[in-house]
Amino acid sequence: MTPDQIIFLLCAALIVSSALMVVTTRNLVHAALWLVAALFGVAILYGLLQAGFLALVQVVVYIGAIAILFIFAVMLTRREKRDKGPQINQNWMISALLAFLTFGGLTYILSSWDGFSKTANALPTGVDTLMVLGKALVSPDAYVLPFEVASILLLAALVGAVFIASSSKE
Amino acid sequence: MSIPLSWYLILSAALFSIGLFGVLARKNAVAILLGIELMLNAVNINLVAFWRYGTGSIAGQVFAIIVFAVAAAEVAVGLALIISVYRRRSTVIADDLDLLKW
Amino acid sequence: MTFWNDPINLIAGWLRDVFMGWGMTAGLANVITSLIGIIVMILFAMLIAIALVWVERKVVARFQDRLGPNRIGPFGIFQPFADIVKLIIKEDITPAGADKVVFNMAPVISLASVILIWAIVPLASKIYGVDINVGVLYLVAVGSFGTLSVIMAGWASNNKYALIGAFRMVATMISYEIPMVVALMIPTIIAGTMSVKGITEAQSNLWFVILSPLGLLLFMISAIAELGRSPFDLNEAESEIVAGFHIEYSGMKFGLFYAGELLHAFTFGGFMAVLFFGGYGGFFGLEKLSAFTWLSNPFIELVVFLVKALIGYWIIMWVKYSMPRIRIDHMLTFNWKFLTPLAFVLLMMTALFDKLLAPTQFYVVGMFLSNVVLAWIVIEILRRYSKRERVEHEKNAEPVIQVAHH
Repeated sequence: MTPDQIIFLLCAALIVSSALMVVTTRNLVHAALWLVAALFGVAILYGLLQAGFLALVQVVVYIGAIAILFIFAVMLTRREKRDKGPQINQNWMISALLAFLTFGGLTYILSSWDGFSKTANALPTGVDTLMVLGKALVSPDAYVLPFEVASILLLAALVGAVFIASSSKE
Repeated sequence: MSIPLSWYLILSAALFSIGLFGVLARKNAVAILLGIELMLNAVNINLVAFWRYGTGSIAGQVFAIIVFAVAAAEVAVGLALIISVYRRRSTVIADDLDLLKW
Repeated sequence: MTFWNDPINLIAGWLRDVFMGWGMTAGLANVITSLIGIIVMILFAMLIAIALVWVERKVVARFQDRLGPNRIGPFGIFQPFADIVKLIIKEDITPAGADKVVFNMAPVISLASVILIWAIVPLASKIYGVDINVGVLYLVAVGSFGTLSVIMAGWASNNKYALIGAFRMVATMISYEIPMVVALMIPTIIAGTMSVKGITEAQSNLWFVILSPLGLLLFMISAIAELGRSPFDLNEAESEIVAGFHIEYSGMKFGLFYAGELLHAFTFGGFMAVLFFGGYGGFFGLEKLSAFTWLSNPFIELVVFLVKALIGYWIIMWVKYSMPRIRIDHMLTFNWKFLTPLAFVLLMMTALFDKLLAPTQFYVVGMFLSNVVLAWIVIEILRRYSKRERVEHEKNAEPVIQVAHH
């Protein structure tokens, strides 16, 4: 067992257990905090995959903004301090079956692909991934168009969210 | 570098299925959005793993960054909608929001 | 490499040899040596935090025209130890109805988010934790853990004041993250790299404060807001909400919050020094002269960095003890209507001038003058706006005393 594999297994255990706690716990603020743990595990995984920039952007965007939005939304939409009653609706057995089937189906389909078990090649040395990523996001024959469309999407979401969430009296 | 690609793919499939269970089986609308976030993260793990184990195109990371932006936008608008619904109906249980007007 | 030139690598190599002599594999020896290095760095940061307690109390005393602690030890230097003993022997209360796990984890995460920053602080050219190539983004990412710990503390305390204080503090912190990220982009653009050590080394000929003084101002304002210190300390407005989100914390848990806040302020002072004032180097090319090569010695660089960081920390304290607190709506207006547009305009201007003037020899003068022109334009706009507001206000004002005409 190389150290990489040990770190991956620990990380995967953290992610899967946190995700299970997210979908089963009754207290919604706890669910949001377990989501933070799962997202942090995913950030560690990006570090393992040597995408360091993505790991930090994951922490900044997901944990620093989205998780905090979730915690605020949970606090603003609760009638009393403790959540009463079950948080799972009556379809949970079919949902669990569907989830298992999805997992099994995905694994089966992927395992019949011949690149399934390949190990990674070493990254080419001397190539700065960050520079390649930066250039790809702004060069006209690479991905500048999706980049600009994403920024317009964010602008629309910003204006829309402020408008929807503002009180309707004015 | 000794981790086979299959480990990452199985992990992302598991995370996606758990998120799917969260979306289908939870009552509270905010909890459903939490499940959607898990699914988006599973997809992102897949994308970045394929970038790493692939032939050198940076498309995997670029796609992952666009997914970050889309997820942030969707969470912002979704939560704004949920808060607005809560102001009118005083409930965010998805089962009770089944009539347009009463 | 002798001890004076390269202390860390020498000690690490010696430790690794010792461990391998005991029969461990190379991988395990590396891991244990790295762990020892991490513990030493954390110890260094925490020792600085202890010293900062004394510095803070003496400086605030002098600002308020009094002496400060001077009983325990000469000039009161053992005061922090008295504080620590007091905090340890206090009763450790968890309020009833509080969420125990979240309540106890919040101060730990708060202090952890500060100590994590010390992994990338370059103390000298050969003394640093790790040199990642996205160091500036790491600073922002670790700040988001601080935000999370504030909201965890506020919610888990089961207390209205704590919740209000936490909401205000989180609103401040996430609002002022935007000007801070933009202010961090300015040295990145000028240096061409996001690595903190690379930015320090790009200043070996010229400090970035000369190239972009508005960037320094922007970074300072948003850093003070991120820290939650005056004039942005809505979370612990003692006359309003009685210590805000750490109202229910007593004993060593409060000590963790307090030490974390002081260390965070010092770390931001250190980053002001690293990003704009040359960090551990920046002697304007002096160390290349043969008489001054001792300036590149790691220990001298460490002392230089600590002096610059202390000066940065003193500026942050100066602002804290001179300015009154501002209201929450003023704070948010200041951010969204003034600082963020200014930050974006400054960023675009810096990027444009950096690209245009880089090959010519007008680089330094051009960048400095562009900052001065932008500052002048901003002050003019503010002056016109406030004059218009004042005229309108005076038009609506009624006379205070009714003048009797007969």
